[in-house]
Amino acid sequence: MISLTASGVSLELGGARILSGVDLAVSGGEVVALVGPNGAGKSTLLGVLSGDLEPDGGAVLLDGRPIAARPARELARERAVLLQRQGLAFGFRVEEVVRMGRAAWHRTPAADQDDRLVEESMERAEVAPLALRLFPTLSGGEQARVSFARVLAQAAPVLLLDEPTAALDIRHQEAVLAVARSTAALGAAVVVVLHDLSLAAAYADRVCLLSAGTVAADGPPGQVLTSELLTRVYDHPVRVVDVDGSLVVVPVRNRVEGATWAPS
Amino acid sequence: MTATASAPASQAPVRARKRGALGRVGLLGGLTGALLVAMVVAAGRGQLDVPPTEVLGSVFHRLGLDLGPLPHHPQGENTLWRVRFPRVATAALAGAALATAGALMQGVFGNPLAEPGVVGVSSGAAVGAASVIVFGWTFAGTWSAAAAAFVAGLVTTLLVYALSRDGGRTETVTLVLTGIALNAMTSAGLAFLMFLGDQQAREEIVFWTLGSLNGSRWEQVAVIAPLTGVGLVAALALSRQLDLLALGDRAARHVGVDVERLRLTTIVVVALLTAAAVSFCGIIAFVGLVVPHLIRLVSGPGHRLLVPASALGGAVLLVLADLWARTAIEYADLPIGMLTSLVGGPFFFWLLRRARRTAGGWA
Repeated sequence: MISLTASGVSLELGGARILSGVDLAVSGGEVVALVGPNGAGKSTLLGVLSGDLEPDGGAVLLDGRPIAARPARELARERAVLLQRQGLAFGFRVEEVVRMGRAAWHRTPAADQDDRLVEESMERAEVAPLALRLFPTLSGGEQARVSFARVLAQAAPVLLLDEPTAALDIRHQEAVLAVARSTAALGAAVVVVLHDLSLAAAYADRVCLLSAGTVAADGPPGQVLTSELLTRVYDHPVRVVDVDGSLVVVPVRNRVEGATWAPS
Repeated sequence: MTATASAPASQAPVRARKRGALGRVGLLGGLTGALLVAMVVAAGRGQLDVPPTEVLGSVFHRLGLDLGPLPHHPQGENTLWRVRFPRVATAALAGAALATAGALMQGVFGNPLAEPGVVGVSSGAAVGAASVIVFGWTFAGTWSAAAAAFVAGLVTTLLVYALSRDGGRTETVTLVLTGIALNAMTSAGLAFLMFLGDQQAREEIVFWTLGSLNGSRWEQVAVIAPLTGVGLVAALALSRQLDLLALGDRAARHVGVDVERLRLTTIVVVALLTAAAVSFCGIIAFVGLVVPHLIRLVSGPGHRLLVPASALGGAVLLVLADLWARTAIEYADLPIGMLTSLVGGPFFFWLLRRARRTAGGWA
């Protein structure tokens, strides 16, 4: 079974310590949500896990072997990454962009699967009707879904998703995470950075809560997403309520009596 | 996604690919045909006119085929083989090399506005050639200026690359800005060389920087052809990976591209192609900029079609531009670089406006 392990990862960027002593392990079949306030180091940790950033201390093992200095092509067959921001320099069509996910399998026996996987991935990400559109002409949410389809087409056993739901409407937020869930059910290890804690509660097997570059808690959603912990880490009163068996995380909003700006 | 909605949509990519394959053959075939026609016509035109049928006849007879008429003018055969053919061949090779270099450069920068001049090949090469002219170096006989231009262009390009590399990465903006700084320095170097040189050297430098195919010989073709050939083969080999670079450096790495190595290889190929063309023909601007841009409007951004189509398109363009340069004014050989810039500049403005209005194909 595939596994991705970060142990004692520390990283300093531009003189600021972003991560210190972070431990995180993900194995096949699991969805792990990375949550935490702005600047807690979520995206940086994802960068370290994907091999983009080399940690100052600690190590990342992918499938038991150090991720550092492994050839890009070999890595691409084992882990796929969805970045927060998608860009494309030229006007490629959606289908061509999704096919780019298959590049690492070029001239391997798995390349026979290209057509099937591209088509399947477009359908799973609900972008099949956009196949012939030019990527730069799509809306932000559509671009995010096309990039998600590209990541799925890569057919890697480890998926690293940085805020895949940020630009999406409610329906597609649910759809993308449901696909991530089903990919995990087929044996993939999925790490997903999320801001929406209720989404994390609904779709993650484990929630890893980062706070100022350290792991504040790591465990099942029910254990990590508690009112006391979240209130402390986010520095804002947070309530966790159970609605028909699913956890919903809501900030406490102070209703100001006689607000000065209220229309009279 | 419902089954009814996905069925027609899932067949669309297959249809698109079939159409793409047809378009690919059509575009490359059409450009090859255009190049052959342009070369035959260009070879026949000039102070001594040889009709296209006689041009073809002459070529066929040299190939041992008894086909078509030989040139009826007593000097026809000589003019064709001594003057016209090497010149047309040089034009085609230089055009192909410059346009391919442009396509590669734009792919590496992920920006349709990038061109070999940006990273300093042209200006670096100019300094090399001008040094030879001013200091009278003769280390490689009559080929010294060309050789120095080639080496200097390559060195300048690698220098830009080394300066703009930081922590194993190359930020596009830094690379372009470094190119600008180096271009400024090479311009100053060129100005200083012109200041140092005597009247004759100055004239030679000016002529060279204007760009001309006048006096092309088979010996030059024998140097340009293998360089361009190697460059083209390398460009085609890189084209699949260049597509992925459009995703951006990080995402390209995520789908399996060794971005640093791809950039470095591409830049060496660009320097090779550009210097090969520039060292014998001087600075011929705009070919590397507008040809790939035009081709992209027809073929789409995929480099596997863009690279060979740009090579053919560049060859056609430069053969025709050179024909115009030497026939526009009787008994005069206009600088081809001046002509391409004169026509290319406004044309490029128009392209810019057009590309900005239609959202596709624009970064």
